[in-house]
Amino acid sequence: MAALINVPTKAKRGEIIEIRTLTSHIMETGFRHAAAGDLVPRDIITSFTCRYNGSEVFRADLFPAIAANPYLSFFTVAKESGKFEFEWIGDNGYASTASASITVE
Amino acid sequence: MKFWRAIAVAALIAAAPVVLAGEIPPEMRRSGYSFMGPETRAMQDDDASNPGMLFVLDGQALWTKKSGSADKACVDCHGDARSSMKGVAVRYPAFDKTQGRPVTLDQRINLCRADHQQAKPLAYESRDLLALSAFVAHQSRGVPIAAGDDPQLRPFVELGRDLFNQREGQLNLACTNCHDDNFDRRLAGAPVTQGQPTGYPLYRLEWQTLGSLERRLRSCMTGVRAQAYDYGAPELVALELYLMSRARGLPIETPAVRP
Repeated sequence: MAALINVPTKAKRGEIIEIRTLTSHIMETGFRHAAAGDLVPRDIITSFTCRYNGSEVFRADLFPAIAANPYLSFFTVAKESGKFEFEWIGDNGYASTASASITVE
Repeated sequence: MKFWRAIAVAALIAAAPVVLAGEIPPEMRRSGYSFMGPETRAMQDDDASNPGMLFVLDGQALWTKKSGSADKACVDCHGDARSSMKGVAVRYPAFDKTQGRPVTLDQRINLCRADHQQAKPLAYESRDLLALSAFVAHQSRGVPIAAGDDPQLRPFVELGRDLFNQREGQLNLACTNCHDDNFDRRLAGAPVTQGQPTGYPLYRLEWQTLGSLERRLRSCMTGVRAQAYDYGAPELVALELYLMSRARGLPIETPAVRP
């Protein structure tokens, strides 16, 4: 699925940087009924993780009350050049990944 | 005495701003963006936080994906969308000679699929159709709207204007009653806008997804408790055409974000 990642391409060592992520997902709550009256099954992202050169720097659990196309932003300290890896896991075996690289001077 | 009172009333009416009398003059036309709060504006302004951009990305992928029995992708005929599709969405709905009527951008995409790709049409409001039209319209971001210029479109613009001014539904309201006469006021806490279609298909937070101008028009009709026209109905296309010609000069914002 499409994802929009915003990580600064360059940062100074020790600088606090903001990371913003936006991903496509319907986030169907499981509480709604279709026109015929049957329940629409739950289909949400349940967990998000961000790894910075392999080590986890941020994790979030997501719940039915979170809007479609979840937007998450968080901060971390730029320690070294490398790669941020993002992973979204959800219902019905949903898994999606994205990555972004950073140069630390 | 009565006579003088009548003159006074007539003078008051004549002195009222011209906007009350009919169409909004060009310098007073405002996008729905200017009626939004700062948070929603910030969401639209930053492409990394604008959820509509997710659909534009999907549309970009579809642009180069082969489809139908002709095994052709959009890119095979149209090339790089950044140049070939710039300024296209600003003149839709446009007149189609073979159909003899105006077609919307969504209908044009499906006509292209039928004629050149020999592919099945995409359903109205389906993710793929919205993604493709968002991608095409996004290429015109910042270009002023210039729809309805074609003289062949005149009767259809007229039809759209008549529908815009026609009262309907159990609430007996016409579009013009809110969007010409009462914009900048509030309806149950929400600002009434001018109804300028500058950012379609747009991401509505209420919908939690991207939606077309037709979807927006249909929900307005349901709001006044009228029977909404079907997707693709000539009346909806005419309304869309009139709205686009009424918004002439305003820049395209696709994909816009609206509450």
